[in-house]
Amino acid sequence: MKRLICKRLLQIIPMLIGMSFVSFVIIQSSPGDYFAQMKMNPEISPETIEAMKVSFGLDRPFIVQYFFWLKNICKFDFGVSFAYHMPVRTLIKFRLKNTICLAIFSLFLSWVIAVPLAVLAGYKEGTFIDKFFSTLAYISISLPSFFVALLFVYFISKTGVLPLGGTRSIFEMNASSFVIFKDYMRHLLVPGLVLCFVNIGGLFRLMRNNFIETFHTPYVLAAWARGLPTFSVVFKHALKNALNPMFTILGMEIGTLLNGAALTEIISGWPGMGSLILEAVLSHDLYLVMGSLVISGFLLIIGNLIGDILIAFFDPRIRLT
Amino acid sequence: MKKFFQRLKNHSRIAYFSFWFLLLFYFVSFFADLLAPYHFDHQFRNKPYHPPTKIHFVDSDGNFHIRPFVYNFVIDDPVFRTYKEDYSLRHPLKLFVKGDERRIFFFFKTNRYLFGVDQPAGIFLFGTDTYGRDIFSRILYGGRISLSISLIGVLISFTLGMITGGIAGYFGGITDQILMRFVEILMVFPSFYLMLSLRAMFPLNLSSIQVYLLIVMILSLIGWAGLARIIRGMVLSLKEEDYVLAAKSLGLSNWRILLFHIFPNTFSYTITALTISVPGYIIGEAALSLLGLGIQEPYPSWGNILSSTIGNLRVMGDAPWLLLAGIFIFVVLINFNLLGDALRNVLDPKNW
Repeated sequence: MKRLICKRLLQIIPMLIGMSFVSFVIIQSSPGDYFAQMKMNPEISPETIEAMKVSFGLDRPFIVQYFFWLKNICKFDFGVSFAYHMPVRTLIKFRLKNTICLAIFSLFLSWVIAVPLAVLAGYKEGTFIDKFFSTLAYISISLPSFFVALLFVYFISKTGVLPLGGTRSIFEMNASSFVIFKDYMRHLLVPGLVLCFVNIGGLFRLMRNNFIETFHTPYVLAAWARGLPTFSVVFKHALKNALNPMFTILGMEIGTLLNGAALTEIISGWPGMGSLILEAVLSHDLYLVMGSLVISGFLLIIGNLIGDILIAFFDPRIRLT
Repeated sequence: MKKFFQRLKNHSRIAYFSFWFLLLFYFVSFFADLLAPYHFDHQFRNKPYHPPTKIHFVDSDGNFHIRPFVYNFVIDDPVFRTYKEDYSLRHPLKLFVKGDERRIFFFFKTNRYLFGVDQPAGIFLFGTDTYGRDIFSRILYGGRISLSISLIGVLISFTLGMITGGIAGYFGGITDQILMRFVEILMVFPSFYLMLSLRAMFPLNLSSIQVYLLIVMILSLIGWAGLARIIRGMVLSLKEEDYVLAAKSLGLSNWRILLFHIFPNTFSYTITALTISVPGYIIGEAALSLLGLGIQEPYPSWGNILSSTIGNLRVMGDAPWLLLAGIFIFVVLINFNLLGDALRNVLDPKNW
């Protein structure tokens, strides 16, 4: 187990380097640079800009610049956003927290709903219940996240049951932390439910297939033959093994979740990474784009790592190899 | 081919239906010039946020007419843009009406379209937007852009993926290592973030044809990596087959073996994968256009028809019919998914 984790951690290093290099190349080949806007500003003399270029290492060759930049991002220093006039790190820190909360909330919710339903549908394979939920799952995977978000926002704006946009609507100084938390969760509900709805279909279909596959294996038949009660066969024998492939998905799930979350955030006004990178692209804030790109890639790598560790934790076959 | 359709039909009637349905969709958007009642840029300045026109058979006096007709809508309240029907005059629906001249595929000119009504009434099946443009026509025209982008994008990225995957799998060694590391790095990024960053590499204001090509390029650049990895795996196992050995001993060149002996055996997988991945491209294009980074006004795409509703609750409340473009995306996606699922079973040699 320890060896496996160490091995995976070591494998991450070249990926991180490659990822940061690709991000760097993308941003470097964009038109305009960090100083393009400063040059427009008559208050900043050309000498100051030259001096800054030297201090940022921008007068040196491309590859040196890259290492200079890499050194900085290892310290989580992503440069300064010139649309917000503050360090990219500060901006990302605030937004990242929101995105992670959103992702974890919807991930949790969709697993909690999808897995039991899938077991039920798989257990009653071919019946009305199965067909009903499978059709719903089909609809869920075919609905684009932005459309669900738009429909949700439309519905909410008509009924006004939940707040839209931002993370809080209570700004009293002496509000207790519980009240603030409740308020935060209420704001989280709209993007969280949208994301959950979009994700649930894929999870359901996968889990149902896994379950049906395990349910027809000889050892489940053996469990029936030994006269074990239904509960024990379904949950102890079939479900446990059907869940294993799901943890592999968990890693990939983070990626789809981030993609879906980005659009959902933008439409429902949740201040997360997705809306941040959009604002950055629209205002041509290159350092902010680069920072968001690196962080999103980083999240995906971490997600895959967690998925791998979980599967090793639950599946002895992988743990031992 | 005939056998294939028969099998598809036997396997799943729904998927068979989906196939023809998608074909119809492509056909309709291809001939949008003939079928749409208005040009996508035709503005009815006095009819912003016009609700969908009701098609009547029974007039206000209760008399039944064989020929469907519409009433002209007049503005009731100019501030809130509410409309009411003007019952004084019936405007019967006409087939092959005359209108402004349009060009079809840049060559032919036509001034007759499938259906329409006489002025001053308008037939807005799905209502109009801020500028009084007919949403139904815009959806038809938009389908042309959205569907063609996804199709071209998918073809480019599949070509790229097959070539890279094929080379990596067949030649192995250092080529394989380099290509696969590159693929892995591309796959590290969540596609939405990569898509936006790639878009940031180019200026925001480009001409419409440039934007079109740019979107195709971005989408195919993102899409090919996953496929390349799978094709590599398939080629890796296929190249051990006896018939490859036979082809080698006949002295065929590597490229010939790869193209004519190995690739055809991956087709059953690639065709399924192609069908299943088209939705991703449609979503990608729609997402970019939705955020104002894709197809620009006045050209319609399914994404940018929706874009005016973002962050603008009043527009959404006043004109919910703008969301209908989303239904079109949904319908196309669900049909692609149904077809893809059925193809997976039909084309799988295990089920023959």
